[in-house]
Amino acid sequence: MATVVREAAIERRESRLARIFDHPTVLSVIFMLPAGLLLTLFLTYPLGLGIWLGFTDTRIGRPGAFIGLENYISLFGDGVFLLSVFNTLLYTTVATVFKFAIGLWLALLLNNRLPFKAFLRAIVLLPFIIPTVLSAIAFWWMYDTQFSIISFALVEFGLIDEFIDFLGQPNAARASVIAANVWRGIPFVAICLLAGLQTISPSLYEAAALDGASAWQRFRHITVPTLMPILSIVLTFSVLFTFTDFQLIYAITRGGPINATHLMATLAFQRAIPGGQLGEGAAIATAMIPFLVAATLLSYYGLQRRKWQQGGKDD
Amino acid sequence: MASVVIRDVEKAFGSTKVIHGIGIDIADGEFVVLVGPSGCGKSTLLRMIAGLEQITGGTISIGERVVNDIRPKDRDVAMVFQNYALYPHMTVYDNMGFSLKLRRADKAVVDERVKKAADILNLSTLLHRYPRQLSGGQRQRVAMGRAIVRDPQVFLFDEPLSNLDAKLRVAMRTEIKALHQRLKTTTVYVTHDQIEAMTMADRIVVMHDGIVEQIGTPLDLYDRPANLFVAGFIGSPAMNFIRGRLRRNGTGALIEANGGTRLTLPNEVPGVDGQEVVFGIRPEHLELDDGDANGAGLRAEILVVEPTGAELQIVAEAAGEQLTAVFTERHPFAPGEPVTLCPRPDAIHLFDAETGDHL
Ligand SMILES: Nc1ncnc2c1ncn2[C@@H]1O[C@H](COP(=O)(O)OP(=O)(O)O)[C@@H](O)[C@H]1O
Ligand SMILES: [Mg+2]
Repeated sequence: MATVVREAAIERRESRLARIFDHPTVLSVIFMLPAGLLLTLFLTYPLGLGIWLGFTDTRIGRPGAFIGLENYISLFGDGVFLLSVFNTLLYTTVATVFKFAIGLWLALLLNNRLPFKAFLRAIVLLPFIIPTVLSAIAFWWMYDTQFSIISFALVEFGLIDEFIDFLGQPNAARASVIAANVWRGIPFVAICLLAGLQTISPSLYEAAALDGASAWQRFRHITVPTLMPILSIVLTFSVLFTFTDFQLIYAITRGGPINATHLMATLAFQRAIPGGQLGEGAAIATAMIPFLVAATLLSYYGLQRRKWQQGGKDD
Repeated sequence: MASVVIRDVEKAFGSTKVIHGIGIDIADGEFVVLVGPSGCGKSTLLRMIAGLEQITGGTISIGERVVNDIRPKDRDVAMVFQNYALYPHMTVYDNMGFSLKLRRADKAVVDERVKKAADILNLSTLLHRYPRQLSGGQRQRVAMGRAIVRDPQVFLFDEPLSNLDAKLRVAMRTEIKALHQRLKTTTVYVTHDQIEAMTMADRIVVMHDGIVEQIGTPLDLYDRPANLFVAGFIGSPAMNFIRGRLRRNGTGALIEANGGTRLTLPNEVPGVDGQEVVFGIRPEHLELDDGDANGAGLRAEILVVEPTGAELQIVAEAAGEQLTAVFTERHPFAPGEPVTLCPRPDAIHLFDAETGDHL
């Protein structure tokens, strides 16, 4: 009798353990643990160090002391920092709008039956495969006050009388670096959206055409909604890349003229490395985090699987 | 509703011609099935009626109006696609109401028409689901619902049942046919499945390699196939064929098949002495020798016995060919046994071996 009872108890205990391990939440935690530990180690250490430095007055060659929020307080009264925040927001917003408008247009174009399609697609990818620094130097040369090919062409066509000072005036310089960023960012957007467009079954367009939809209505009611999931992913990445851009600015203007094109990333670098104020630079970089988190959260809602994407396979 | 008239229609993709002059008259309210093997151009023809493909030559008219240069949206036809092509981001309700919405129909009108169609198709409880949340058969019905909401001149179906499992296919076949009897909308239905064609069609168009082989009612095609292709394509299990030479001696006729097998024929069969022919007989028209065949039957050896319950099917070898025979009575056959199969004289088909035409 007693043994039977004990065995039953063991069995019950085992089955409870088995049940716990069968629980999807428990299982997923267990399986994610190794990867999670690695990520914590290698991703959060540099991040944590950066944030810590922001609370110190570390300089190059001299370990700093903890000074609390002093760096941040001084940054809030720092006109150059505030200007760089404004520049970054402007740069990100304007560049993203243009990248998406032109990228979507190109993707739609490339999604049609075109002659030399493979060739055209390769061309669209070009800005993406050229090293950023190389294209930045090319832009710098194109924006040169004396040798600018753009000014030269415009003068030749008789549209302007004298060479444009692209990088010498604040607003002209902002427009110039934004144009360079747009040029460089279009391929990513265009190719991703093209991939998205190609997953849309042609028979949807045919069904819509038979249902009486005009070309615009097909775009509006088929293309846009079915492209939205991928559009929001691409948008998130594009915003993150643009917001944290460094290379283009540093190679073309170094933040000038009079800090008109300084982004938070370039200013952080300038203060930290050439300027030697590691603590302050780290604080500027850390100040980017809330913006990035906000942008990510916003698109998180866009990224969520829509109701219509859930359930069953869709063959 | 409208008639559809197809005249000398041709289609080429670049330099490859896939449809070589097709003519079909479809009457108002008729249910016509285009059937043929894969790649014969059925879908292409259907898509030309819909306006999704340019017409290379000839004309297509819908209700007296030549539609060659009319855009799909102005042809007033509705199509059910093989993959259903439901809008994934719209609910069943919105899928069905989309065409009316585009036409800026009154909300109440949309609601009434969608609900009515949903009622007919048993979709009333699914109106707020998305296509992904539906089973194959339900999606199929939504696709049909989208078509009937519009009340078009013509329904076009492109293999609508081929993604469904066998049982559902049979059920949907009946449903589509019942729907047609109720709505009486002119319908062109494409399939590669001759059973679907036989069971659903008012008239069948058998296509092959971009041409029409024969047009007729299902029983017409079954009883009087115009050529070898139609004879072999329509009917399941397929018609048996034996190649040979026709011999006549004034009082009788026979076929000399491979290996010297001789098969006596009634004297009335057409054809001239010495002609190369293909002899055709449907499986259910092969009967067992009940003793009075006098050597007129085909001596065969049973290879396989396949009872289906309702029928008994055997595959036997005679004259170097495999023959299928179907019996409604249950016989104690066994593989390896000899059997004598007698073709029913009134059910014999003879085809010219060269042209394939029915003699
Ligand atoms: N867009 C196209 N471009 C080139 N060839 C095509 C195209 N569509 C169909 N074809 C060819 O036309 C023929 C008929 O195709 P289709 O009408 O789809 O056949 P079915 O529907 O009878 O199976 C096939 O040989 C196919 O390869
Ligand atoms: Mg087809």
